[in-house]
Amino acid sequence: MEDQELESGIVKKFIYVNRKAPHGTIYAHEALEVVLIAAAFEQDVSLAFIDDGVYQLKKGQNTDGIATKNFTKTFGALEMYDVEKLYVEKESLEERGLSEDDLSVDVEVLASSELKKLFNESEVFFNF
Amino acid sequence: MAIEVNGKSFETDEEGYLANLNDWEKDVATVMAKEDDIELSDDHWEIINFLREYYEEYQIAPAVRVLTKAVGKKLGKDKGNSKYLYELFPYGPGKQACKFAGLPKPTGCV
Amino acid sequence: MLHTINKSPFEKDSLKTCLRYAEKGSSVLFIEDAVYACTKGTNFEKQITENQENISFYVLGPDLEARGLDNSNLTNNIEIIDYKGFVKLVAENEKTQNWL
Repeated sequence: MEDQELESGIVKKFIYVNRKAPHGTIYAHEALEVVLIAAAFEQDVSLAFIDDGVYQLKKGQNTDGIATKNFTKTFGALEMYDVEKLYVEKESLEERGLSEDDLSVDVEVLASSELKKLFNESEVFFNF
Repeated sequence: MAIEVNGKSFETDEEGYLANLNDWEKDVATVMAKEDDIELSDDHWEIINFLREYYEEYQIAPAVRVLTKAVGKKLGKDKGNSKYLYELFPYGPGKQACKFAGLPKPTGCV
Repeated sequence: MLHTINKSPFEKDSLKTCLRYAEKGSSVLFIEDAVYACTKGTNFEKQITENQENISFYVLGPDLEARGLDNSNLTNNIEIIDYKGFVKLVAENEKTQNWL
């Protein structure tokens, strides 16, 4: 990756569906690693956050006390990786008493009916 | 594996990246650079320090494409390009500069 | 689209979320601990029967057997399939989503 640009030319619509809270299991962290690796292949990438996955984007997380890496800071770097399409399910946010203002990065909040359309247009699914 | 700096031993992984980011000190970078036949100039340090700040903020070592872009934003176009960065770090600004900075190997680098 | 679920519905709400996203004509396959969702006399029976008009439900036989379950325990009209059937389902559907 370092020394040459990849030129496969095939661009697919990737969607990463995140449904797990951030620190209790490794899913969320692993998902983000996969997103960053795939970003190097210059694909059309979207991220969706539903159910407990919305907790990954909660502002002000600090993991010092649990002695783990605060990987949620990395969401702030996604834009520089040209990963700019982050979608959060409205119902999941509301169910958890959260609103867009509680989130650490710019997202688009979509109702599940709209998110469903996005899923239909996607070609490659990664569910976490 | 380990690297000896000023009589102290620092643990590294099999590719020579520092095992613990918090162990890092300036002389670690100097010694690592010397092993790669590089004498660190102010220009090198600017990038190394930039990388350490980047890691502090985002908790990742940026891929080279992202590093180039981020350097351009922060330090100007004349530095945010492959030519400039490869001249400073001939083994690849992502891999080599991250190593000197005590960061892990960039995500997305094979 | 094929949707697979592999967690017990008592532990995770994957079934609920999956049903929110499964469209008319799609298939849902229960594997591993998710096979408990297919059992009669649970709250999930209703969630499945309510959707059977639009969605086809399948359950993986070996996972049922491993848990001491058979057809007599199942909510009506869930088709039991074997590993070959699993492969066939994946091949028939252009896309698969796994609800973990």
